[in-house]
Amino acid sequence: MGGLEKKKYESGSATNYITRNKARKKLQLSLPDFRRLCILKGIYPHEPKHKKKVNKGSTAPRTFYLLKDIKFLLHEPIVSKFREYKVFVRRLRKAYGKQEWDDVDRIRGNKPGYKLDHIIKERYPTFIDSLRDLDDALSMCFLFATFRRTGKCHVQTIQLCRRLSVEFLNYVIASRSLRKVFLSIKGIYYQAEILGQTVTWITPYAFSHDHPTDVDYRVMVTFTEFYTTLLGFVNFRLYQTLNLQYPPKLDSNSEAELKMEGEEKYALESETYMEKLAALSASLSRVIPSEPEDEVEVDEFPADSENSSIHEERRKQQQEEEKHKSLFVGLKFFLNREVPREALAFVIRSFGGQVSWDSSVCIGATYDSSDTSITHHILDRPNVQTQIINRYYVQPQWIFDSVNAHLLLPVEDYFPGVLLPPHLSPFVEEKEGDYVPPEKQRLLALQKGETIDEEESDEEEEEESEEEESEEEAEEDNEEKNENDKQQTTGQNKLNVKVTAGTIRVVDKTRAAEREQSEEKRLAIMMMKKKEKYLYNKIMFGKKRKVREANKLALKRKAHDEASKSERKGKKSKKQ
Amino acid sequence: MLLVYKTGLWGTDVDVAWLRPSLLTCLFSGQDIRNTVGNIPMEWYKDFPHIGYDLDGKKIFKPLTSKDQLEEFLDKMENPDYWRTVHDKKTDRDIKLTDDQVDLIDRLQRGKFGDVNFDPYEPSVDFFTHETMIHPVTNRPADKRSFIPSLIEKDKVSKLVHAIKMGWIRPRKPRDDTPVYYDLWAQEDPNAILGRHKMHVPAPKLRLPGHEESYNPPPEYLMTEEEKLAWEQQDPEDRKLSFIPKAHSSLRAVPAYSRFIHERFERCLDLYLCPRQRKMRVNVDPEELIPKLPKPRDLQPFPTTQSMVYRGHTDLVRCISVSPSGQWIVSGSDDSTLKFWEVCSGRCMKTVHLDGAIKSVNWNPYASLVLVAACVERSVVIVNPGLGDRLLCSSTDQHLEAYEPPEEQKQQPVTWVAAEGADYEQGLRLRIHHEKAVKQVTWHSRGDYFAVVIPDNGNSQVLIHQLSRRRSQNPFRKNKGQVQRVQFHPSRPFFFVATQRYVRVYNLLKQELTKKLLANCKWISSIAIHPAGDNLIYGSYDSKLAWFDMDLSTKPYKVLRHHKKALRAVSFHKQYPLFASASDDGCVIVCHGMVYNDLLQNPLIVPVKVLRGHEIVRDLGVLDVVFHPTQPWVFSSGADATIRLFT
Repeated sequence: MGGLEKKKYESGSATNYITRNKARKKLQLSLPDFRRLCILKGIYPHEPKHKKKVNKGSTAPRTFYLLKDIKFLLHEPIVSKFREYKVFVRRLRKAYGKQEWDDVDRIRGNKPGYKLDHIIKERYPTFIDSLRDLDDALSMCFLFATFRRTGKCHVQTIQLCRRLSVEFLNYVIASRSLRKVFLSIKGIYYQAEILGQTVTWITPYAFSHDHPTDVDYRVMVTFTEFYTTLLGFVNFRLYQTLNLQYPPKLDSNSEAELKMEGEEKYALESETYMEKLAALSASLSRVIPSEPEDEVEVDEFPADSENSSIHEERRKQQQEEEKHKSLFVGLKFFLNREVPREALAFVIRSFGGQVSWDSSVCIGATYDSSDTSITHHILDRPNVQTQIINRYYVQPQWIFDSVNAHLLLPVEDYFPGVLLPPHLSPFVEEKEGDYVPPEKQRLLALQKGETIDEEESDEEEEEESEEEESEEEAEEDNEEKNENDKQQTTGQNKLNVKVTAGTIRVVDKTRAAEREQSEEKRLAIMMMKKKEKYLYNKIMFGKKRKVREANKLALKRKAHDEASKSERKGKKSKKQ
Repeated sequence: MLLVYKTGLWGTDVDVAWLRPSLLTCLFSGQDIRNTVGNIPMEWYKDFPHIGYDLDGKKIFKPLTSKDQLEEFLDKMENPDYWRTVHDKKTDRDIKLTDDQVDLIDRLQRGKFGDVNFDPYEPSVDFFTHETMIHPVTNRPADKRSFIPSLIEKDKVSKLVHAIKMGWIRPRKPRDDTPVYYDLWAQEDPNAILGRHKMHVPAPKLRLPGHEESYNPPPEYLMTEEEKLAWEQQDPEDRKLSFIPKAHSSLRAVPAYSRFIHERFERCLDLYLCPRQRKMRVNVDPEELIPKLPKPRDLQPFPTTQSMVYRGHTDLVRCISVSPSGQWIVSGSDDSTLKFWEVCSGRCMKTVHLDGAIKSVNWNPYASLVLVAACVERSVVIVNPGLGDRLLCSSTDQHLEAYEPPEEQKQQPVTWVAAEGADYEQGLRLRIHHEKAVKQVTWHSRGDYFAVVIPDNGNSQVLIHQLSRRRSQNPFRKNKGQVQRVQFHPSRPFFFVATQRYVRVYNLLKQELTKKLLANCKWISSIAIHPAGDNLIYGSYDSKLAWFDMDLSTKPYKVLRHHKKALRAVSFHKQYPLFASASDDGCVIVCHGMVYNDLLQNPLIVPVKVLRGHEIVRDLGVLDVVFHPTQPWVFSSGADATIRLFT
């Protein structure tokens, strides 16, 4: 047995990882620069499987990067750009200090900059990869686009974010790829299906932000820098797939339509053009002018008997999707000034509806509120002053609920001033055993095409049946009591000891079988191995907790319903 | 200093703000009262009768009466020249502007020159021409420096040249005209994916919002007051929801979410600071984890129901034993009585009062001897119950009386005393006195030998007594740990000794250790040997029951952890493939334990029934369990002073 003694921590997982500080020293970067580099290059710490081994026997909490990742960063051209920028700042400061303004000018002219194109190509080798990672990019851009122009970051960044987000919205409208919308208390969630990938993003409500002080905006800005680059390239590619011009241009007829008098006074032409795009009311021009509904017929393959059902299902699904896409086609909406214009315009337009608003609210209004062909007037006030006949006045939630339900919901529940039905999240897919709110159940029934009974009739029936039940119970009780009384009386008359006729105890067979089965199971669980038993207990614990939560919700709902019912009853009786 | 305009005419903001009223005064008025105090806030003079000094240094006095608001208003309404009246703060006087002055202000407001006669567009007359003239303008001779190159300039130029040479100054970069965005993925090469991408762990997407996040959620998702309080008291990391669900009656009532930027920022931090790890999620159907066992119904017969309760003891019943015929059962209790019961009727046939708690009792397995051995403190008593066949009883007595003491008494570790008097009347026949308390007594299958355990007795923890010759011997020379239980092999000359963690098997003929079984537990409480003799089970205080196949290995073949508390007793059935275990959790678990003759097939162990009935008293449940010798019945005795029969 010869050979050298093998030393610990000189091979294996200990050599595959590197701590953050060591990595920083290896790259010769300051901590902010290292962080920036990690953000841009998408390098993140890894959690080693055996932390103690990697940490060379110590249990101190440390973050580890893969050594390969760090070695890969060594060749990054951006690292040298960071250094160049540092030198630039130093020289500029020196020139300022000496008040050599010519030098300041010259140095400023040679400000080093960097591009992130290669990083994006490297991080997302294919276009689909980039779409998969678009969620955070979109949310961030939509947030930055709502920042005010002073303070937290450069105006250019905010303008760029706004531009890119508008471009993206226009693409979604043009491709009609929006699928779900959700009004949450945090903001508005949108989900679109772009080239087969679901992309979800959130936009804040249109209020000015109260900027928190405990947030490091430099980190956010670095992320935004990367995300804007990514989103720009993605937008370019997306516009290309639809044969749209990039940067986006308005359609010639819509451009003529949107022409206003006195537009020159309003703002610069470039700015008005941008705002018209942001208004989302007009369609975009295409590189090759084509028919609006020009679809390629998919070839039909002779299907096998096995696949035919799958094919049929798929076709059905496709049809449904088409129907969903053209949900608002033929409808004309008018937005009152108090509703969130951008969100509603976006949603309505991406499902094929026409939309307009008062021209004083925003640029890009196409028709007036007095237009007689308007079918839905969306408003968010308790009452309407002047009602115009042959249009529905509805609250904005109707639009969102209809989109999520894939059908135009009955408008009666959404009239102004009416207590709105709950707004449900379209992202929840209830599995078996989960709690399903009654509103969702009704919606599902509605989607299946079943007619739903009126709530009130239901309630009445329930009440009746309850009463009947209670009566029956009372009768039974009475009978039992009578029997007991009889027994007592007889017992007092005669001796205490007596033989009474035995009653046949009816054994419920199914119940007995069930009990036996459950006992069998319990016995079998006894025989489980320790490891499996642990896993089994864990799974069962989770299941039980789920059931408990569902039951809790159901109970809460029941209590609430009963409370509201009794309240209504009280009101009724008061009226009478 | 502002002009105070009093007309609608100049209602718009003023371009003439820079025209001071004092200037106006001097411009427009004939009498020149100029204040010399300068550009100071005039309220400094508000407590004085004068307002400043004129050019001669005389005080300028304030007018006697100043207007109040009402007078001002009346003036505004009545005075037709009000619009052209200007108040001069410096002198505190009203000045009425003349037509010329109004004209001038009007002109200035329109951005024209003050002087009417000034013409800004006069044709200009060049003083010098751009054409070279033949005569110089001046007659001065040229300077010398105009012929000599400038040294300073040379210096500067050479410095610049040097800086350019050294690369300190770089020419301005040309503008980058390439488009910012282009088709980046024009040449998509899926094979170009780097090796690193294999190690890439994509960041998990944010959780999609549920119903509770809606601006108008169903009422059941709203928090009650208690839940809200609990939510507020929780640490932000522990909270299940990061917000309190809230219902708004309409969309316009929804406020901005104050933590929006925070949440985006936290997501950013997660993306670049959080260590990532791939975790495999087990996706198992829990039903599949349950082992497939034969159904208990196919393994009948086994005891299923409680059919008899033997009451009579007043303290916990530590031990029971069944007669070989199965007609009688004996129980020993802490109330220092030994009770004999008839199994079928449940009647207590006989009670023997002894002088201490009975730790262990055992019925002689040999059919022609009707004897019961019991441990009472330091002694073992041999009792003839006098039940059943009278002939057998009397023959047993004769057998005991036939003993003749040998001529030379050997030194014995114990003393054998024959019972007399009242004891004899009770049925006691022999009393064997030990030096220390006796814990267990067990008979050999032939009924002549019996072994006792005396835990605190140093080297002689185990003694084997011979009834017919009234002789005792200590089989072991050395103490190898505290002995818990001993047992004779049912058919062969083997002897099992269970210490706290091991079970040792000795060959009594060869007087050697044949096997040492490693019990995988902390403290053995009881053992039982399969009637065939090749398998053994033990119960331990750490609630384990282990099955040893002695042909297979010295380690347990199977360990069952189906009891929740310490096991007190285990037992095998003599005929049926059944074994039972009693535990402090108050239940007896009956298992099917089939041993096959084929050596290749491992024993089949299936739990078939959990029998409950005993109450738990002072944390003690069932203390002993014994099978009926012929029927698939099981007896159990418990701390609730009862014996129960399950059939």
